[in-house]
Amino acid sequence: MGDAVKIDVSHANFFYGSTQALHDVSVGIRPRSVTALIGPSGCGKSTFLRSLNRMNDLIPGARLEGRIELDGQDVYADSMDVILLRRRVGMIFQRSNPFPMSIYNNVAYGPRVNGLTKKRIELDEIVETTLRAAALWNEVSDRLHRSAMSLSGGQQQRLCIARALAVEPEVLLMDEPASALDPISTAKIEELIYDLKKTYTIVIVTHNMQQAARVSDETGFFLTGRMVEFSETKRLFTAPQNRETEDYITGRFG
Amino acid sequence: MKRIGDRVFISLTLAATLMILLMLGIIIGNIAWHGSSKLSWEFITAAPERGMTAGGIFPAIYGTVFLVLLMSLAAVPFGVLVAIYFAEYARSESRLYRWTRMAVNNLAGVPSIVFGLFGLGFFIQTVGRAIDKTIYPGRLLYGQPSILWASMTMAVLTLPVVIITVEETLRSVPQEYRAASLALGATRFQTVFRVVLPQAWSGVMTGAILAISRGAGEVAPVLFTGAAYFLPRLPAHPADQFMHLGYHIWVLTTQSTNVEETKPLLYSTVFVLLILTFLLNITAILIRSRMRRWATQ
Repeated sequence: MGDAVKIDVSHANFFYGSTQALHDVSVGIRPRSVTALIGPSGCGKSTFLRSLNRMNDLIPGARLEGRIELDGQDVYADSMDVILLRRRVGMIFQRSNPFPMSIYNNVAYGPRVNGLTKKRIELDEIVETTLRAAALWNEVSDRLHRSAMSLSGGQQQRLCIARALAVEPEVLLMDEPASALDPISTAKIEELIYDLKKTYTIVIVTHNMQQAARVSDETGFFLTGRMVEFSETKRLFTAPQNRETEDYITGRFG
Repeated sequence: MKRIGDRVFISLTLAATLMILLMLGIIIGNIAWHGSSKLSWEFITAAPERGMTAGGIFPAIYGTVFLVLLMSLAAVPFGVLVAIYFAEYARSESRLYRWTRMAVNNLAGVPSIVFGLFGLGFFIQTVGRAIDKTIYPGRLLYGQPSILWASMTMAVLTLPVVIITVEETLRSVPQEYRAASLALGATRFQTVFRVVLPQAWSGVMTGAILAISRGAGEVAPVLFTGAAYFLPRLPAHPADQFMHLGYHIWVLTTQSTNVEETKPLLYSTVFVLLILTFLLNITAILIRSRMRRWATQ
């Protein structure tokens, strides 16, 4: 796989006002791989995820110390255009949140606001390609102009993935993308993640350890704001180096 | 004992509720009963005649609708902008937010006659005179009461209602949509205008409805700012004066030369004002439900 690193985090400390949510987190995320983040609620894994595309900026009093680099560029530098950053680093949320518009307009939203294209033919093409990439095309191709709210929960989440793909990101951050879905929809999302990693770098937060074991190449275990262990997924689950990791993955707490 | 107390209390609350209904019934019933006798096509399409003892009230209807439209054109966009600032941009701990917030709340409690005086002093004597001095030297055009300044005064009066309603609707739009939009690389401006505001149209329309109802009924703000006792022709220019239903009612009630002849006209005028307010409301409600359906597609 080589030594290439897509996202390089070094000594990241994150604060909400005076509360410290992340303590000295350092990790390198490889391109075209799936990195899973596991850990009990409130351990800082979502905070970590949201600091990668600066979604935490929206919270008053939030600040980061340390350094996060995307392809060697400092994500928190003053010269970093947050809008461009978020275009390169897309995000899928825990609760599927399609806009109350048509399926088509949901997918076309990103390209439109980013000024990628205004031409109908090009938009049509983007919509079709991304819906195919999100394994949703066959289910919705005959009703693109119906409201996205008419879709099932699992379809809505795949639509959100398609919507994120439409701006041609390099990285996809997924915050428990399947936690509100039934097992069949979850399986579809996992299959999709497997397909997507050929093109994208994926970081996924999950509560579900089986899911982490199934979909990811590498896994990081968070506990009380620290990254306790980070290694190849197989190794982390079969031979954890850390006592706390072992306790957590064997279900002794969490 | 306890059960008797309970029953008495329930009857009391029920009686009070029915009383409201009764009062409303008497008011509307009385007006509809007396008002419908003189109500005719001629009454709503003709001008007043013979010192307001005959003829119709068309100029007053026209003036009121004109006033309400001009007022909405000013109050709704302005109010929406303020509401967007409050709900989307302002940080709740900032001093600017706290002060403007307090100003809006207090503005809602200012007596309407004070708005009338404000309109006279600010819009007519200050803004209007300044316009005349710089653009139309030697002429008196905007520096006098007119439908433009009456509308602006009314807009200031209805502004708090618009701001508060729209702000509440904006705040009720789930945060997740904003997050989704920003995560796609949209700017905050794009997020507000493409995602948040389209979901808040019903609130904007509700604000407009409340403003219209208030604006069509208030008389005090237009007293010194543009309403005329009687005009031989309809206002065609923003600097023209206008006749106003509410003001006309006051005129008929207190300035009549022949009470017996005026009385039925007065009743019908009040009836028309009620119907007009009702129609303006219905129109806005219809537009709102249209928009709601359209917004979710």
